[in-house]
Amino acid sequence: MRARRLVPGGWLSVYAFLYVVFLYLPVIFLPIFSVNTAATPKFPLTGFTLQWYEDLPRTPALLDAAWNSLIVGVSASLLATVLGILAARSITRYRYPGRRAINGLIMAPLVLPEVIVAISMLLVMLQLGLSLSLFTVVLGHVLICIPYSMTVLTSGFEGFDRSLEEASADLGESAFGTFRRVTLPMVAPAIISSLLVCFTISLDEFIIAFFLTGTDATLPIYIWGQLRFASKLPGVLALGTLLLIASFLLMTIAEILRRRAARRTQNEGGLYA
Amino acid sequence: MTVAAEGAPPLRMTRARRNALLQSEPVQGLGLISPTFLYALVLLVLPILVVIAHSFWTQHYLTIDRTFTLENYRIALTEPIYRDLLWRSLYISLTVSLFTVLLAYPIAYFISFHGGRHKSLWLFLITIPFWTSYLLRVMSWKVILGYNGVLNSALMGLGVIDEPSTALLYNSSAVIITLTHAWAAFAILPIFVSLEKVDRTLVEAATDLGDGPLRSFLRVTLPLSAPGVISAVLIVMIPTVGDYVTPKLVGGKDGVMIANAIQAQFGKAANWPLGAALSVTTMLIVSLMAGATVLIIRTLQRMAR
Repeated sequence: MRARRLVPGGWLSVYAFLYVVFLYLPVIFLPIFSVNTAATPKFPLTGFTLQWYEDLPRTPALLDAAWNSLIVGVSASLLATVLGILAARSITRYRYPGRRAINGLIMAPLVLPEVIVAISMLLVMLQLGLSLSLFTVVLGHVLICIPYSMTVLTSGFEGFDRSLEEASADLGESAFGTFRRVTLPMVAPAIISSLLVCFTISLDEFIIAFFLTGTDATLPIYIWGQLRFASKLPGVLALGTLLLIASFLLMTIAEILRRRAARRTQNEGGLYA
Repeated sequence: MTVAAEGAPPLRMTRARRNALLQSEPVQGLGLISPTFLYALVLLVLPILVVIAHSFWTQHYLTIDRTFTLENYRIALTEPIYRDLLWRSLYISLTVSLFTVLLAYPIAYFISFHGGRHKSLWLFLITIPFWTSYLLRVMSWKVILGYNGVLNSALMGLGVIDEPSTALLYNSSAVIITLTHAWAAFAILPIFVSLEKVDRTLVEAATDLGDGPLRSFLRVTLPLSAPGVISAVLIVMIPTVGDYVTPKLVGGKDGVMIANAIQAQFGKAANWPLGAALSVTTMLIVSLMAGATVLIIRTLQRMAR
């Protein structure tokens, strides 16, 4: 009986292992070939080198792109998180007609093809006579970041004990004071998590930036330009590896914070209730 | 005096009513969400309306002629080049969503039913590759499938083939493999969520009443997880139909998709109305296809019970 019950789980765990290998295999090749001496990525490996990494800081176009990405990422994540906080708070705290429809609209960019989102924004911006720049890229990134920000924040806000805020108001705190001294500390990890998630998305996003930028390149656009030249591939692999590590670190921190936020609102709510 | 006495009570009442209104849940909730809602209206709904409007117009060099016409839709639906691209895009997105969901279901099941204490670790492990740049993941597949690529050199090293195969890269299969890999996490998460909601006592009940593991899975767990399968299908099918990067990097001539044609209309070809009509047509047809798939899944779900 016990053996029979173990079998499906056993087969499934083999499958799970293979699946994770399938998920990680392509990603693993970037760092491997980025430290290989050969200019074309193929086996067998020819030797270890950090030359491709050393060349990176000597490329002015790359440094410009990195700076642009940083500006866009910071602005987009701040804006998206502020808009995300308002919406997530409204969705988790209040009941009103049209709530689901509004939520659906805000989450819609998640299920729309990015090309469609990008060209429709492009059309409107050209119609409005806005010249394409990093600013238009930020506007686009905010739109696609909000659904992710909402997801992270609602999981942080849900289970939030309303009686804590009521107690604070009863004890004479103003609405803003309550928000700053009671609400904010409890949801701070979720907010930071949302900032990191949005920054990561903006840092890696290509399509919207590609359509909505003027002459300024972000990192993915820079990479896209380099992909045309086979000789530039090792440099791209090195840059890609650095981006990979950055995304991985940011997401790990974001996940730890998100979990802490979820635990905090639930545990403390339970404790005081 | 009489006027004041008559006027006062209603005035007080409206003020009280206004205060009550301002403090009511709907007003506070709507007020709080309005900036985000407006942002989505101005930067998503309005742009889509502008695209729909453009699809009925025509362009002469740089000026837009705003007379209503269906000519763009005629071109989008009947010109062989666009018709073929549209069919291929639909075929690719249908195949990708099918593979993604089939491959994702066992993983979601494994994590939900056998994940034990490590559920969230598993989920994290699976979503991490998804958080790395999409562009880089597509590029990695190019590195793997290329003429001088990893797979070819590995197969040659093992003596399976004598010279590099050109069949791996630059075709629709390469696009399908890459997209199936890229969208894996999007399929796993919704299926996992719906499997988590499956009442375990129902599965036990089925087993107690004599259903074998397979039978109880087919009659209880699978139908109950259908909502997750449906959202997985939707969340993969609709965005992949408009994928631009993958066909451009690994698709070659035979793997070009509709998004590449749409981009061309807004770039080199400079025919915005045609690009708009192609976008609207693609969205309408993929929505129909997604709707049909949902209906099929629902029917199967009902039959299983």
